[in-house]
Amino acid sequence: MSERQLPAIYPETQFYWDGAKEGKLLLNACTACGNRPFFPPRPFCPHCGSREVTVIEASGRGRLYSYIISNVPAPGYETPFTIAVVMLDEGVKLVSNIVDCPPDPEALELDMPLEVTFEQRGTLAVPQFRPAKGGAA
Amino acid sequence: MNRATIAIVGAAETTKMGKIPELSQTGLHADAALNALADCGLTVADIDGIATAGHDVAEIAQYLGVSPVWYDGTSVGGCSFITLVRHAAAALEQGLCNTVLITHGESGRSRHAAHRPMFPSMQQQEFEAIYGPVLPPSRFTLPVLRKMKDDGLTEEQLAMVAVVQREWAAFHPRASAREPITVEDVLSSKMIAYPFRKLMCCLVSDGGGALILTRADRAKDFPTKPVYLRGAGGESVEGPMISQMESFSSSKAFRISGREAFRSAGISHSDVDHLMIYDAFAHLPIYGLEDLGFVGRGEAGAFIAEGHTRPGGALPLNTNGGGLSYMHSGMYGMFALQEAVRQMRGVSPAQVEGAKLSVVHGVGGMFSAAATVVMTNEDRW
Ligand SMILES: [Zn+2]
Repeated sequence: MSERQLPAIYPETQFYWDGAKEGKLLLNACTACGNRPFFPPRPFCPHCGSREVTVIEASGRGRLYSYIISNVPAPGYETPFTIAVVMLDEGVKLVSNIVDCPPDPEALELDMPLEVTFEQRGTLAVPQFRPAKGGAA
Repeated sequence: MNRATIAIVGAAETTKMGKIPELSQTGLHADAALNALADCGLTVADIDGIATAGHDVAEIAQYLGVSPVWYDGTSVGGCSFITLVRHAAAALEQGLCNTVLITHGESGRSRHAAHRPMFPSMQQQEFEAIYGPVLPPSRFTLPVLRKMKDDGLTEEQLAMVAVVQREWAAFHPRASAREPITVEDVLSSKMIAYPFRKLMCCLVSDGGGALILTRADRAKDFPTKPVYLRGAGGESVEGPMISQMESFSSSKAFRISGREAFRSAGISHSDVDHLMIYDAFAHLPIYGLEDLGFVGRGEAGAFIAEGHTRPGGALPLNTNGGGLSYMHSGMYGMFALQEAVRQMRGVSPAQVEGAKLSVVHGVGGMFSAAATVVMTNEDRW
């Protein structure tokens, strides 16, 4: 089995991956929109176009918004595995796997609470989500 | 009274369909193009505009021997050919060229191609593909469980999309999959990406198709029954990151594209005799019916399951069997257009009696792009 893909990192997104190495899930947010977060990172706001963009640390909490249990080959993954879309408490969606949880519809209930964890991948840390400890966040 | 301004005068698919190991991707483009030229009695010397997607338009022009004064290589995925129809219409109306050839060829099964036809997305790679959704079955399907929960869409309804389209495919000698199937067959077929099973996913085929467009005042000079464009069609994009769709129950690109097509054609839904909605996977006709406004949000699963789109139903949909049963080369949009042309000419093996107006709607990438055109066999309305 080949290695899992590494992200191609660009100047505008370096902070996100640097933050992940420190165990932080960092997001851009727009000052002009009342610190409204957005994803993926970029140095301007996709809602209003302002360049007044800051970096915030997300809570790391979210819920299971949608998913598939994939039997489709992917580099470095053993099938079946879960590919999910997580809705962060900050109101942005992102793709993740669901770890520490069997790839089984019985164990994967939509809207169940999740929390961030980090997978070491080469020299990088990749944000991943797992069922929140102690249930509802 | 409005008069048609643009006509499709030539239309053909590749000589063979489904499994064509003897032709490269370039060869499939050419085979389809030569068939479309023969269909309307033209030669390459008559073509002064050329367009394709997923392949360098310059290579296709050179290979065929076309020296164009207009070209378009817009490539946003499988709906690109629908987009190119409306772009060609705009170019013809502006007098930028006189006779446009649009080609598609894809060696999806035999893989005689230099590259995959989609542009890579930087952001999709960095933030999504690294988690495994690298192929359409594990990427296009991601929003669907959310829609099932929010809108009450069921696995049985998804299965019925495949069942009904197989009924249509049975009419077509060139369809790859023609044997009748049941909901049980679909729900017991191999799990690909829960909740999607094999029979809810498109075929993988070799094939191609080509269209020839000109201004409507020339249409009667050709041996074929003209098929006219009504209105300007529509197009839009939402983008390649599927996690960033505004809603997982609805495609923004579908809504915008469909709205523009209906508005510019001046039609209402009850005017539509025949409908094609690009179906790479079973959920796409469901999103399409809702986002084009044929039914309300959350109603399309039941609408299909109740039989309204099957042979004999009020809204014949995907009458070639679609990407699920007819063929799916990878960028299937050309085949939706071909079946709509056949229906408007009155020559489809699954002919809808008396059909005068057809809507063709397609998706590009994984909910990344959309395009819609309206065809009719009436030259005024
Ligand atoms: Zn803003």
